[in-house]
Amino acid sequence: MSEVKSKYLVDERGYFGKFGGAYIPEMLYPNVEELRSAYLEIIETPAFKADFEQLLKDYVGRPTPLYHAARLSETIGAKVYLKREDLCHTGAHKVNNTIGQILLAQALGKKRIIAETGAGQHGVATATVCALMGIDCIVYMGEIDMARQKPNVERMKILGAEVRAAKSGSKTLKDATNEAMRHWINNPQDTHYIIGSVVGPHPYPDMVARFQSVISEEIKWQLEEKEGKTSPDCVVACVGGGSNAAGAYYHYLDDEQVKLVAVEASGLGNDTGKSAATTALGREGVLHGSRTILMQTDDGQVVEPYSISAGLDYPGIGPFHAHLFDSGRADFVGVTDEEAMKAGVLLSRTEGIIPAVESAHAIAALHKVSFESDDIVVVNLSGRGDKDLETYIKWGKY
Amino acid sequence: MNRIDQAFKEKGNQLLNVYFTAGYPALEDTLPIAKALNDGGVDLIEIGLPFSDPVADGPTIQESSTQALANGMTISRLFEQLQDLRPQVDVPVLLMGYINPVLQYGFERFCARCQEVGVDGLILPDLPMYEYEELYKDVLEKYGLYNVFLITPQTSDERIRKIDELSKGFIYMVSSASTTGAKSGITNEQIAYFERIKSLQLANKRLIGFGISNNESFEKACEFADGAIVGSAFIKQIANDSSAAAIQSFVKNIKHPK
Ligand SMILES: Cc1ncc(COP(=O)(O)O)c(C=O)c1O
Repeated sequence: MSEVKSKYLVDERGYFGKFGGAYIPEMLYPNVEELRSAYLEIIETPAFKADFEQLLKDYVGRPTPLYHAARLSETIGAKVYLKREDLCHTGAHKVNNTIGQILLAQALGKKRIIAETGAGQHGVATATVCALMGIDCIVYMGEIDMARQKPNVERMKILGAEVRAAKSGSKTLKDATNEAMRHWINNPQDTHYIIGSVVGPHPYPDMVARFQSVISEEIKWQLEEKEGKTSPDCVVACVGGGSNAAGAYYHYLDDEQVKLVAVEASGLGNDTGKSAATTALGREGVLHGSRTILMQTDDGQVVEPYSISAGLDYPGIGPFHAHLFDSGRADFVGVTDEEAMKAGVLLSRTEGIIPAVESAHAIAALHKVSFESDDIVVVNLSGRGDKDLETYIKWGKY
Repeated sequence: MNRIDQAFKEKGNQLLNVYFTAGYPALEDTLPIAKALNDGGVDLIEIGLPFSDPVADGPTIQESSTQALANGMTISRLFEQLQDLRPQVDVPVLLMGYINPVLQYGFERFCARCQEVGVDGLILPDLPMYEYEELYKDVLEKYGLYNVFLITPQTSDERIRKIDELSKGFIYMVSSASTTGAKSGITNEQIAYFERIKSLQLANKRLIGFGISNNESFEKACEFADGAIVGSAFIKQIANDSSAAAIQSFVKNIKHPK
């Protein structure tokens, strides 16, 4: 992790612009405060950095390739590179963060790990690092998500994690997050909560973004090798909570020539009541411990979002992205279920890569942004489609 | 004088504060339940604003919140219901809720309405202390409202001192590291914590909440604090029977069983 200073990153009070902070009940304060007061010191030690980099290399398989997708580029009319996070061990970028956080949990002397998961990718990535380190692991997952991402539930179990169904509320990611927070309240001393995205109270959004920043750190030198310059014209990434996007944007935040495109899930369409496009449909408020943008009723009750993609089915975005939206630094684009699925098939047919449904949203967005033919565009291909076979089969149009 | 101070002044110790969720079990039950509690002899009343994502609450209060929202409860509706709070209810009333719905309603507008209907204090567990100091303290004071902070067994002495400085009315002592209703009864470990807090000789009164469910736990808590708060146990009571008679006998059984 190389140090980046940017007005788009967290300030010393834990805010990204006016977003962020730590809106947590006193029952969580000691846990979060312990983390806040220790995280920077720990992750900046040479020993931590060495362990982190070693594991990313030997265990995760980094650097992930930056691949020039020539046939896809033709259909888009720009030079498209794919940052192959789908080739990470466990199949998505999520593991970059869980490696970092498990090392941090060990440094803090924690004996047990809890996590929430939507698509199951973060749950699998957490179960994986817990198996690697021999630490107990409990993953909360919405009951509905358990049904639609069954293979990942079984993967977590094979890895030795206990998967607990979140049965409250909408029974999806936000409720799994609530249950994980409740677990943490009830077990404050021996447990570390590995949040899976750039959400939650400070320091989580900053910490997760730092661990994911390896993505753009690599893009810079890989692009230099291929194109003779470190900056592309555009970086595209899907945003659930926003961790893969945060990692892909991180080293380009102050390079205002680089257009940042954030892709949200519009579900069946933003006007159908079945969408998860937070910036299109939400307003400022407080969710899961941070001031951010979220989908809510006039009365401030959190709305149940919808997307075909479990990983994007979240009613908020991290404060990192709320600030990029509010300041106009990133452009937010909505992609429907149908557009994403078609893009998933397009990538499969043109490049022989079946993307995760989340990442297919980023591919679909390429049709919605206008490019010059010599533009260099990097799409962060956050995950592979293995976990989504059932979704592809159910959709059926291939 | 704020009714909260008055209650402590007049009644001294062994104060019973009962929590219930607004609009539960039925939408229009809020005021009748408050009145039954008042008539039954509770010393303070805490009315919960239901929220879709109550992270600090266990299943009992979660379910009451979900039901209340399904019943159509909103902050606006609550203030309409509380229009007739005074003089039907004369004990202090606090509103407790997560910050997001309050922010959406408008913080100052919320405080102004509280004052109009005769609410005495607020408990907003996810409002950060620094933000309270910088942005909201003056607003609460303007409308004569007290802000009550929580402390837990994990809260450091230094932070407790700071909370004691900022608090008005009383400090809400969460009895154990838990969500609401998760544990019942009082362990030796908790007693050590109660004694530690007692020995700090804080300026504010203290009420112990979470896990107080019957006369035994109420009286135990009162040995170490100025009173106690019952929440989940009362929600279970009204889920079963919310008649005035049942509520009055619930209160009597906690305070003075025969
Ligand atoms: C492959 C993949 N991409 C993206 C996401 C969305 O998360 P984030 O926005 O934090 O990158 C997920 C979440 O589960 C995922 O599995």
